[in-house]
Amino acid sequence: MVAAAIAAQGVVHKLAVRDLNIRYGDHVALSGVSLEVREHEIFGIIGPANAGKTSFLKALNRMDMFDSAMRVDGTVEFNGRDVRQLRNVYALRKRIGVVFPLPVGLPMTIYENVALAPRLSGIRDRAELDVIVERCLTRAALWDEVKDRLNSLGSLLSGGQQQRLTIARALSQSPEVLMLDEFSIAVDPVTTMRIEDVLKELRSEMTIVLVTNLVQQARRLADRTAFFLDGACVEIGDTEALFEGEVQNPKTRDYIEGRFG
Amino acid sequence: MAENPHSLDDFDRRTPDWYVDRLMQSLVFIGGFSAIVFILGIFLFVAKEGLGFVTTDFDPVEFFTTEYWAPSDEDAPEFGILALIAGTAAVTGLAMLVAIPFALGAAIYIGEFATGKTREFLKVLVELLAAIPSVVWGFIGLSIMNPLIIAVFDVPVGLNVLNAGIILGLMAAPIMTSIAEDALKAVPDRYREAAEAMGATRWQVIVKVVLPAAKNGLLGAVLLGVGRGFGETMAVLMATGHSVNLPTSVFDSVRALTATIAAELGETAVGSEHYGALFTIGIFLFLITFVINMTADLIVRGVRKG
Repeated sequence: MVAAAIAAQGVVHKLAVRDLNIRYGDHVALSGVSLEVREHEIFGIIGPANAGKTSFLKALNRMDMFDSAMRVDGTVEFNGRDVRQLRNVYALRKRIGVVFPLPVGLPMTIYENVALAPRLSGIRDRAELDVIVERCLTRAALWDEVKDRLNSLGSLLSGGQQQRLTIARALSQSPEVLMLDEFSIAVDPVTTMRIEDVLKELRSEMTIVLVTNLVQQARRLADRTAFFLDGACVEIGDTEALFEGEVQNPKTRDYIEGRFG
Repeated sequence: MAENPHSLDDFDRRTPDWYVDRLMQSLVFIGGFSAIVFILGIFLFVAKEGLGFVTTDFDPVEFFTTEYWAPSDEDAPEFGILALIAGTAAVTGLAMLVAIPFALGAAIYIGEFATGKTREFLKVLVELLAAIPSVVWGFIGLSIMNPLIIAVFDVPVGLNVLNAGIILGLMAAPIMTSIAEDALKAVPDRYREAAEAMGATRWQVIVKVVLPAAKNGLLGAVLLGVGRGFGETMAVLMATGHSVNLPTSVFDSVRALTATIAAELGETAVGSEHYGALFTIGIFLFLITFVINMTADLIVRGVRKG
């Protein structure tokens, strides 16, 4: 019935979060967040430090399992399935790619960094892997810089290059959702713009959740934007409308206009 | 929902990879759990063998506070281990006085100052030193240190606390150096760069940034040395003089807890009072080691919180 209702509206919810609460011991990181991310949209999340943005991403693909102090309540549905009820959480992570703020070049060659996940999924054919590696590195705007030294160590690249390698790796399994957590911290402005262009193209293939510190980046990319403040989602709306000043909460306007942060 | 490229089912399907994952998790769990089983097993064995003595002739006050150890006296055997405790403590204490400066100095030189070939050479050398069997150290104590101490200090016997302390210190230093150097190496280079970028000298960087960052590992190295001192048997047996004695100076011969067990256990009848007393010493050693490790753990936790 729910599915029918959604279909009637012509909107597919890729992710549906209801009443999400996250605590670390006594510290409440996130409380009562409910929102939906639609298929093939770029969903921006903005907000000052400690707003709970990163904790939110962690709950989406069950990265809370890595932190024994992290407690998650509420439901997160991916394609209509509660991610907390899944038997095979690894299958979930294959379909939700993540890019963390600080680059992580794994200690193996550039080629192997990108080919790792496809190999783990059972792709053995070298030609097929070559295609994946070139496509992902090209999309991450790194191919031209590294195509002649694919066999050098990924961990020896510069910070900005490693971040693009990280993005290439996240794309290597063609995830259905790509989550980016302040990906441009370690990347120069020109490269940031190139990656932003890539993200706009990727929208036709996947759903993107973009956490960013740069309010203007959300404006450039996001179809809809949520504003997180002190562990709560205080505003969700069409990005353009928010930036035009159509806000429910005056704090959103203050933050967007840079009056606090 | 038909437009989803994947079927929803594979969230529930257990793939071969999933089973391998579970299997390996179980295997490594067994590996980790077996450590607990072995430790419990050893403790139960030692406790069982010592229990006969503890429940019958054992007088804890006499056992821990008198210094007369004459377990094979037919008429009035005496079981007081105070002198043995004092012997072990004196030798271990002196050994740490010797080993800590050597080990920390060597670790700081190798980790922070030495470069290239020097560094590699020293590391290999230190690891080689750590691999020397303890009986060889005991031999050095007997045949080199003994006459040397007699000649230098003009004392009648050279097998004493000083001899064993130095031997044990030199013995513990390489392994402590190795662990301490690992702890220093684990401090990220960006800490050093950040500190040096403010104009701090190499030494200031080491004292103010590197050593505080590595303090847990360094403490671990020291406590490993203490544990080594308590547990070492052969070198201590050979270099202390092995005579029951409450030491009043470093030139007194002493006897250690471990050496007593090693020297006497083969000579006692299984199940006899003497046999039980030796196992009671074993229980005591086990508990001391446990307390040292627990203390280390608590200190490290306290350090982390602070």
